[in-house]
Amino acid sequence: MQTFGWPEALFILRSAGWTLALTAIAFFIGSIIGGAFAIMRLSRLRWLRRFASGYILVIQSIPVLMVLFMSYYGLSALGIELPPFLAASASLSIYVSAYLAEIWRGSIESVPRQQWEGSASLAHTTAQTYRHVILPQAVRISLPPTVGFLVQLVKNTSIVQVVGFVDLMRAGMLVNNATYQAFQIFTLVGAIYFAICFPLSRLSRHLEKVMNASRSH
Amino acid sequence: MILNGVWLTIVLSFVAIALGLVLATALTALRSLAGAWAGYIVDAYVELMRNTPFLVQLFMIFFGLPQIGIRLNGLEASLLAMTLNLAAYATEIIRAGVDSIHKSQIEAGLALAMTRWQVLKHVVLQPAFARVWPALSSQFVLMMLASSICSFVSVQELSGTAAIIEQDTFRSFETYIVVTVLYLVMALSFKLFLNWLGRKLFPQVSGLARLTEAHGEAA
Repeated sequence: MQTFGWPEALFILRSAGWTLALTAIAFFIGSIIGGAFAIMRLSRLRWLRRFASGYILVIQSIPVLMVLFMSYYGLSALGIELPPFLAASASLSIYVSAYLAEIWRGSIESVPRQQWEGSASLAHTTAQTYRHVILPQAVRISLPPTVGFLVQLVKNTSIVQVVGFVDLMRAGMLVNNATYQAFQIFTLVGAIYFAICFPLSRLSRHLEKVMNASRSH
Repeated sequence: MILNGVWLTIVLSFVAIALGLVLATALTALRSLAGAWAGYIVDAYVELMRNTPFLVQLFMIFFGLPQIGIRLNGLEASLLAMTLNLAAYATEIIRAGVDSIHKSQIEAGLALAMTRWQVLKHVVLQPAFARVWPALSSQFVLMMLASSICSFVSVQELSGTAAIIEQDTFRSFETYIVVTVLYLVMALSFKLFLNWLGRKLFPQVSGLARLTEAHGEAA
């Protein structure tokens, strides 16, 4: 039996890179889809609004694990074989899109109504209003909850190990299967997740404080 | 078999939520009443749980604890992990609620000759819980969805059952569609139930909370 030593610890540490890569991809693709859904949710067309809120409601009401199972095992049963990394990034992007859509819709809605009216009185089109008046303010408002959500995303990437993708969590499990020193291994794995997430949580809280201070003026 | 899985998911979630809520209330009380030291420990616990994945916590309990002589089966480990995880989030949420109660309200309660216990119940806890009930509710729903991860330590709740059926039948797509729909139905009914419960539990204060929210006072 192997013991848990430096090579194993380094292997785990290196796999954290995949966790970060997965987080970045899911956040990037998820924010594009999520942004589209946030705008749809605020559209004047009722069917578009309904479609968007339906999507958000469904994705927020099912476990990410099920999305992952469906895109990996489910699709392969239908003859579409996604490699683990693709299935993992696709499912996480879907998950991200639903939550970011809600966060960003809330941020857009919390821009005071008068800003819309003011912009309309300047004969701006809807697109111009979004671009020059609403979004610059909404982005600021959305920053703290978006960074906070990033923490949830980093943690949730840990489930992709079920489809065999070697991220930080999977690396920990592989080492555990070889050494059976679970306590040390998962302490290290947990510590690495913590090292990624804690600064983000702090940043989110800090941004929130800054925003509150600037708004009370 | 799927129904057994549904049942186990519901039982696991409810027990973990009940225990987690009790623990969270105790931790909040400890944090504000027992001095700075206890406060730091509670804060450290909350930050530690909130910034590591639930899966790591579950594995730590299931695979890690036996190394120091504490052996739990999958179900016990899942329940413990869910309870500890929920407690951390709920502590954070309840604290926000308690912080939103102004000191002068407690003084006013005491001035009205309420006992300390009455002040705690009517002036602090009820309004605090009423105010954070929506946040708590979403946390409960998230916990129910996260319980799907307990299949990793071979607990046969809903997602665990799905994996077994899938292995037996090889009809993965149908299996996962059915199970996903079941989760959807459970989550939506759970949300409706929690909204109803919130109105039942806090009838007099929920109107007040809505009023302050409309004026943008509550965070």
